[in-house]
Amino acid sequence: MRRIISILMENEPGALSRVVGLFSQRGYNIETLTVAPTNDPTLSRLTLTTSGSDRTIEQITKQLNKLIEVVKLVDLSEGAHIERELMLVKLKATGAQRAEIKRTADIFRGQIVDVTSSVYTVQLAGASDKLDAFLESVGEASILEVVRSGVSGIARGDKVLAL
Amino acid sequence: MGESASGADAECSRLRCEIVELLSGAEMLVRALKDEGVETIFGYPGGAVLHIYDALFQQKSITHVLVRHEQAAAHMADAFSRCSGTTGVVLATSGPGATNTVTGIATAYMDSIPMVIITGQVQSDWIGDDAFQETDIVGVTRPIVKHSFMVKKTEDIPATIKKAFYIASTGRPGPVLVDIPKDLTNPAVTYEYSYPSKVKLRSYNVVSKGHSGQIKKAVDLLMAAKRPIFYTGGGVVQGNSAAELTELVRKMGFPCTNTLMGLGGFPGDDPLFVGMLGMHGTYEANMAMHHADVVMAIGARFDDRVTNHTGKFCPNAKIIHVDVDPASIAKNIPVDIPIVGPVDQVLKEMLDQLEKTEDKPDLQALEAWWKQIDAWRAYHGLRYETKPDVLKPQTVIEELYRVTNGEAIITSDVGQHQMFAAQYYKYKYPRQWINSGGLGTMGFGLPAAMGCLVAKPDKTVACVTGEGSIQMNIQELSTCLQYHFPVKIVNLNNQSLGMVRQWQDMQYQGRHSSSTYEESLPDFIKLAESYGHVGIRVTKPDQLQGAMEEAFSLKDRLVFLDISVDPTEHVYPMQIKEGSMRDMWLSKTERT
Repeated sequence: MRRIISILMENEPGALSRVVGLFSQRGYNIETLTVAPTNDPTLSRLTLTTSGSDRTIEQITKQLNKLIEVVKLVDLSEGAHIERELMLVKLKATGAQRAEIKRTADIFRGQIVDVTSSVYTVQLAGASDKLDAFLESVGEASILEVVRSGVSGIARGDKVLAL
Repeated sequence: MGESASGADAECSRLRCEIVELLSGAEMLVRALKDEGVETIFGYPGGAVLHIYDALFQQKSITHVLVRHEQAAAHMADAFSRCSGTTGVVLATSGPGATNTVTGIATAYMDSIPMVIITGQVQSDWIGDDAFQETDIVGVTRPIVKHSFMVKKTEDIPATIKKAFYIASTGRPGPVLVDIPKDLTNPAVTYEYSYPSKVKLRSYNVVSKGHSGQIKKAVDLLMAAKRPIFYTGGGVVQGNSAAELTELVRKMGFPCTNTLMGLGGFPGDDPLFVGMLGMHGTYEANMAMHHADVVMAIGARFDDRVTNHTGKFCPNAKIIHVDVDPASIAKNIPVDIPIVGPVDQVLKEMLDQLEKTEDKPDLQALEAWWKQIDAWRAYHGLRYETKPDVLKPQTVIEELYRVTNGEAIITSDVGQHQMFAAQYYKYKYPRQWINSGGLGTMGFGLPAAMGCLVAKPDKTVACVTGEGSIQMNIQELSTCLQYHFPVKIVNLNNQSLGMVRQWQDMQYQGRHSSSTYEESLPDFIKLAESYGHVGIRVTKPDQLQGAMEEAFSLKDRLVFLDISVDPTEHVYPMQIKEGSMRDMWLSKTERT
């Protein structure tokens, strides 16, 4: 099952490599990963998506917690949460396609952020499956380049991952 | 001079100020080690650590043992730690010096041994330039350390050393590496020195006790058990809880089995002890585990060498698992009652709860259980076939036990000899049996014996080894002469890599691929003598007793006993792959 694990860790060199190293070392997979400093500059927030059996996920969270630089950790998929991913996609846009792509982007609440005579660049944010659905709608043939940020997430309600 | 200095002291104390000491990075490092209580370190000099070696030269508090290969320094520090219960320290230079310690670090990591490894690094502004003797040792060792530090500023040296020792020795212990660029130890630049008295790490909190409710549940389950067994590991030895364990086991009257790492955690000559369990465990230990209804696992990690096929492990048992590391719990085997906490604290609380409870163990069920275990013991115990004129390796270990009154510290290398030493020597006290269980490092035994002699110079220390393993760190015979380490090397020489050969016999129809030496072995007697030691050869069974007695009577000499043993011998019992714990070969022709 797909999980979103969010980690608060010391904003120090080497911390990221320990987290990533743990996954390869123990044979766990990372599907997406995103990391940046928080409002507290000594802390970074890392969010990753992974999948595995409940037992594997339990081991992943336990092993992550053992890393000295990991301060706090939460499996967001255990409760209600908001998940967002940002995508920039370059699409072939000529002739009748131009209008069609514009319409599809509007339906998905995407924005066209760059335009040339033959190319549209669309920006889209949302849950990963929404981004997948957009790519499917426009069709493989018109896609020139895709860049996705990886999943970020936050729990709904009063729950907070902070010190 | 003296007067004015003491005048300054008085002035200072009146003003309640501290006398500031100005030290270089190298001096701060050495001083921090002293303030941490370190008396001996193990290492090898080189370019990036020369400032540190110069600082070592100019003080008397810390002794340095010069090895002949950095791997041996790591094994010595590791065994020093296993033997003394304190943290061992290694010092190596950058590049090859650092990479040579890698096997030693991995060995310590797998067995959860507290160790601090200090490596020199090329000067800060050369890092990343592929400088001479540069290696990213923090990167290389990342998966095999509990934590590591690259020191960025000289002023950080004392606090970093404090953190390194704290992390290495608390919780589930492990090796911590500290990498220090050469420019940070420059003797020309000095800083104010102060050693922190405490460490605070917001992201590292050690559990101090187990959950009382869980402990109560465990006590209730033990009281209701009909076929219980204690299965205990290295966590009891490393967690200094052998006394509590022994009290608990005796109070309950249950059988107790130890893992390879747990030997000595419960007295091996106690009637409640059923021997080691697992791949080469005793028949009775493995049978008792398989048929148990309650398994109380303490400081053990359900390693694949213990469980055999995890799906067939202890099919009827409820499992209690006490461990300081939450990640060890339910990693390989689901657990009914997990208890996270330091083993000694948990056992103490369990003993307290036992004092207060009115419940008693089910004595009638226990009697029947012991009758069954005794029957298993009588069926196999530890037996082996003897042949006239051929010395059996098991006989050598039995003789070693006799000659040393079962009191010696025994280190071992890895292979058949290690299993024989685990099976046939009855370890009476914790930290008496020193071996590489998790990583299985050949070449560990000799440097380990040396480390034990540093920790306990008055003890008799024997290294049980084979002609394969001993050659992996044979160069340390030279270190032994320099520092007068009177190790007794018991070389079970079977002219082949015995355990490899055994597997080839059993699984590859006897095709001995690269497990023999084709007459290329050295004359170990001459070799020992050329290093300035005593060598004694044993080729016949009737020479064994005299040779052993002579070797152990030479208290202050290293003696290399080269003992020819049956090259065709196998280690039994041996669990059958993919089976349950009770599926074992008991000899070359019998199986369960």
